[in-house]
Amino acid sequence: MPRALPYLLLLPATLFLVVFFLYPFVNVAWDSVTRGGEMTLANYQRMASHWKFPTAFWNTLLLAGIVVPIQLAMALTMASIVTKLQKGRSTLLYIFAIPLGISDLAAGLIWLAIFEQSGFLNSMLYGLGVIERPILFLSYQNTWVILLAIVLAEVWRATAIMMVILVAGMGLIPKEYGEAAEVFGASRWQRFTRVTLPMLKPSLQTALILRVILAFEVFAVVVALGGTQFPVLMSETYQWQFTMQDRGVAAAYAMVILGISVAFTLVILRLLHVPKEARI
Amino acid sequence: MNKLETLKAGAALATMTLLAGPAAAEALFWSTQAKPVEETQAMREQVLAGFEGGVDYQGMDEGPWLTRIQAEMQAGSGTIAVLGGLHGDLSGLGEGLMDLSAIDTSVIGDAMLELGRLGTDQQLYVPWMQATYLMAANREALQYLPEGADLNALTYDQLIAWAAAVHEATGERRFGFPAGPQGLRHRFFQGFLLPAYTGSTVTEFRSEAAVEAWGVFAELWSHTTPASTNYSFMQEPLLTGDVWIAFDHVARLADAFNQRPDDFVAFPAPAGPEGRAYMPVLAGLAVMNTAPDAEQSMALVNYMLQPETQIATLRATNFFPVMPVDMPDDMPASVQAFAPAIATMTGASDALPALLPMGLGELGGQFSQIYTDTFEQIILAGRPVEATLDAQAEVLRALMVQANAPCWAPDEPSDGPCPVN
Repeated sequence: MPRALPYLLLLPATLFLVVFFLYPFVNVAWDSVTRGGEMTLANYQRMASHWKFPTAFWNTLLLAGIVVPIQLAMALTMASIVTKLQKGRSTLLYIFAIPLGISDLAAGLIWLAIFEQSGFLNSMLYGLGVIERPILFLSYQNTWVILLAIVLAEVWRATAIMMVILVAGMGLIPKEYGEAAEVFGASRWQRFTRVTLPMLKPSLQTALILRVILAFEVFAVVVALGGTQFPVLMSETYQWQFTMQDRGVAAAYAMVILGISVAFTLVILRLLHVPKEARI
Repeated sequence: MNKLETLKAGAALATMTLLAGPAAAEALFWSTQAKPVEETQAMREQVLAGFEGGVDYQGMDEGPWLTRIQAEMQAGSGTIAVLGGLHGDLSGLGEGLMDLSAIDTSVIGDAMLELGRLGTDQQLYVPWMQATYLMAANREALQYLPEGADLNALTYDQLIAWAAAVHEATGERRFGFPAGPQGLRHRFFQGFLLPAYTGSTVTEFRSEAAVEAWGVFAELWSHTTPASTNYSFMQEPLLTGDVWIAFDHVARLADAFNQRPDDFVAFPAPAGPEGRAYMPVLAGLAVMNTAPDAEQSMALVNYMLQPETQIATLRATNFFPVMPVDMPDDMPASVQAFAPAIATMTGASDALPALLPMGLGELGGQFSQIYTDTFEQIILAGRPVEATLDAQAEVLRALMVQANAPCWAPDEPSDGPCPVN
């Protein structure tokens, strides 16, 4: 039965998704609107009235708002350089991708080792005679340093994901377009903004969606560097589930993360929409 | 085999799947204690190695620990042989636990056994080991002790004066407080600061005395190193010298005393107007009704109560025996420093024991979060004391009603849920 074959082949993956994704997801959604077996919005009320919720919400958006544009710019630059290279291209790709192989918690710990009171940065500054005694960088009194450390760690860790997708996308753009533009006297910058960027839209879309969703789920790096001093949505979800043992409120947090992820995905899909007939 | 089981447990935890593995011959010891990897290893190699048939010791955070217990209770069958946890961890599990009256507990004090009955006439858990919180100081700080102050009978005012003198003399804030994410800051408020000023943990949460207590703590905080919000174990900053005076759980101070016994002194918690409040910590052993082999579980509990095992446990975890035992001379420096300080504190004429929360079950985390939130709002975010206490008191009252938990010492016993005035 050749007609049924594709469906049969897809069945295991579909089953896997239904059992390990759809079913838990429905459970979480259900948990978020029930309390003691009754339908209620009490979980959302409790979440929204907790004093850390607004901070966690805005911190998450702020972090994504800073990290993603920086990563986008860097990934585009890195991908352009890699694509242009004649020699040593794969070596450079491997080097750029090294941080990808490190878990986010480990990445957080690496940067913690740098910024700690007894960390590398303090030792270096002390060794150079710049400071007389170690400075406390990651303190509750200056959360902006915590933010800066998290941004650095995130940029260092996850830019390569976008770069890999963009390198693949750039490889798909036929050379003729660029060459034609060159013949008509377009500068390098013009070729990049008028030819490469528009042709790269589908890859940009994928890279941005992936990265934005991951940015809303940021957790281990934040916890490693900021502890409870820099609450984000994901760390509050963990807090409610495991410290406070309140599954309902944790589920409500999860739904908020899902909500903003879906909203931003739709916005990106719309902004970077490529009509079918315009695709390569 | 052991490694395989460990891997299996780790994988189970990581993916949060709670499918029970196949029954193993080794008894699974599922515990919230001795979680740090050195302690876990010491439990396995020095404490439990002598048990016939072998023991798979797993130290877990309270959340995952409880999740698996609930899953096994719901399933009606399980693989956990023995549970280890603090009184507060175990007190919510009442109905799922087996009566352990058959075990010989004649050498254990009645007050502790009574706690293990959880208000029933059955021995639902047997005391396993105990500890408490103490103050520790670098000997360098002793020269700044205010005149007339006795290290073994400090008041909060004297502690502040001392911390201020150190601050002034060295130019640095050198009082240290475990206010990091894994720090036991909430226990200080529940068992030390608030009872010392209000004689209560819950009922007088927003009384004038409580406002005064938070004022006192704010003053102490002005001489506390701001790095405190990163500290989970005070032994580390004590060893680096960043902190000269600290409060923490004995198990989290021990390393400092063991590494440099001559540099540190341990002393009792300070006293407030209502007395020298302190929090005794009691861990217990319990067996679930769903245990795969009840006889093996009982044997393991019995093994844990042997004097030699108790001493080995003390070496491994710095938790003290629950029965009188003859201490060998080669006990670690920390034990030798802590034992007299604990005796002085618990035997002081103004001693006021404030127990760990009871009857809250899985709401224990939310209960502690109220004290942490209050601290973060008043001290870190600088919000007004009275308004914050009023708001948090409402949360506390709702929680006590939800848990239907009667008061525990030092609060007066209540018929219904513990009231919040």
